[in-house]
Amino acid sequence: MDSKIAMDLTALTIDQIRDLLASRKATALELTEAHFARIEQKDKDVRAYLSLCSERAREQARNIDRKVAAGEPLGLLAGVPVAVKDVILARGTRATCASRILENYVAPYDATAVRRLEEAGAIILGKTNCDEFAMGSSTENSGFYPTHNPNDLTRVPGGSSGGSAAAVAANLAIVSLGSDTGGSIRQPAALCGIAGMMGTYGRVSRFGLVAFASSLDHIGPFGRSVRDVARVLQVIAGRDPKDSTSADIPVPDYVQALDAGAPGLKVGVPSEYFKGLNPETGDNIQKGIDLFGKLGCSVVPISLPHTDYAIACYYIICTAEASSNLARYDGVRYGFRSPEHDDLRDMYKKTRDRGFGPEVKRRIMLGTHVLSSGYYDAYYLKAQKVRTLITRDFLEAFDDVDVIVTPTSPLPAFKIGEKVDDPLQMYLADIYTVTASLAGIPGISVPCGRTKCEPHLPVGMQLLAKHFDEARLLQVAQAFEKAGGFEVA
Amino acid sequence: MALTEKDVRYVAELAHLELTADEVTEFLPQLDAILEYIQKLNELDTTQVEPMAQVTYPAAENPALRSDRPQPTFQQDEALMNAPEQGAGYFRVPRVIERE
Repeated sequence: MDSKIAMDLTALTIDQIRDLLASRKATALELTEAHFARIEQKDKDVRAYLSLCSERAREQARNIDRKVAAGEPLGLLAGVPVAVKDVILARGTRATCASRILENYVAPYDATAVRRLEEAGAIILGKTNCDEFAMGSSTENSGFYPTHNPNDLTRVPGGSSGGSAAAVAANLAIVSLGSDTGGSIRQPAALCGIAGMMGTYGRVSRFGLVAFASSLDHIGPFGRSVRDVARVLQVIAGRDPKDSTSADIPVPDYVQALDAGAPGLKVGVPSEYFKGLNPETGDNIQKGIDLFGKLGCSVVPISLPHTDYAIACYYIICTAEASSNLARYDGVRYGFRSPEHDDLRDMYKKTRDRGFGPEVKRRIMLGTHVLSSGYYDAYYLKAQKVRTLITRDFLEAFDDVDVIVTPTSPLPAFKIGEKVDDPLQMYLADIYTVTASLAGIPGISVPCGRTKCEPHLPVGMQLLAKHFDEARLLQVAQAFEKAGGFEVA
Repeated sequence: MALTEKDVRYVAELAHLELTADEVTEFLPQLDAILEYIQKLNELDTTQVEPMAQVTYPAAENPALRSDRPQPTFQQDEALMNAPEQGAGYFRVPRVIERE
């Protein structure tokens, strides 16, 4: 009993949870209650969650405990408490997308990723805060409240999946799901000091993910270790008949691939990703790169010449797709409807003006403009051509190297309020993550030490691989973690 | 500044957004700065480049096609459960057809 009291049930890995359940040293219900207790205590400061699903969580926990008692086989994530970004649907619970326009929306079905997690025994604790409709890089665009970085509560957790990242970093969940359209998993993972992964476009079903930019949207996991990330990806990856963009390609055993080490692999370092970098971030990334040399990798300089055009390209494509996807919020079938209106058209306009926050309106405006008559060729078509060039850069690079290493974000977590008044500056913070999104290749951000100056903020390193080479990415990330890369100094 | 207030109001109309005067004033310089920034793409000659219309993957011949079999779908009450206004099994909207 003493060991149980001393053990912090919120600071475990997925493997430790499996062992605890198997040896009957803890129950799924105890794990769940330990998390709700910690959320009660800590989340008033962090504000990672928008809503909790305590009934659903406890019911699932009791199911797991019954299976343990009966000696039945357990799923891969049995008893693992999970947080889910509020843009992903879980039947019977609210899914607000951190938007006033969906404040009272209750999901009528489960996202495939949520269903797969629960079938594997995971316990959904609640839904996490984010930038409204996943549009932002700081979680300050939430229609409800900002989330605070657990490493320094005066700073942003990154975004848009800031709540999911902060929840895992503050031990308010073991792992979580986020969505990544231009860096919304990798960047908050970097700013919060945890691991976060976006698989190849099509690797994880988006059924039940509220659409933002359909050619760029992904669901992916956050975890405090590469192994936990691999274990979640294993469960959520794979073909789903309900998402025609999900790839019909077998899912390899990611966990088995983890411990191969990295000797003999070729790591590419693109010079374009080191311009305009915060010097402290640069120091950490350089030390991380040196570590790959010590692991027996050959580190080679490479060039991705169209990198500088990625932000412009990305913000044309994502706003164009967003303006189309968000046309559905019209106050008719679900969500908020403005009570005052003269006629139908007036009802649409007032509903949308009052329901959406400023960043969402800005992006709808931009997207509508770039798609409007007379501008389509100059903006949208041009951007799709540049997207081809950016993708080609990566494909050529991967002819020569196995993985590419870059910083995840040009700077560590910034202060809440520091960038909110300048949307373009906020967009430029996505410079190192949007490229992989445009190319559809997988990427992971892993911790790479902390800055030298107070308050010693986490720095993230991004690893990229070719399409459907997630196993290689996880293998290299795991070798980096094992060699102490998360704490380089 | 290339963008005008009139342009902002025109786009807002296309997007079904009733912007307030304050919002127009706020968005105008912000949208203008972003549009100016994205002109950067014009530095690239893309006359010989195909647009990337789809993020494809090497899969079956027709990955998007499935067999056309009826499957369970939403019941009426589920489809209406989030409606701001409903009646007699329908979504209710403000009157769109005028009576004589």
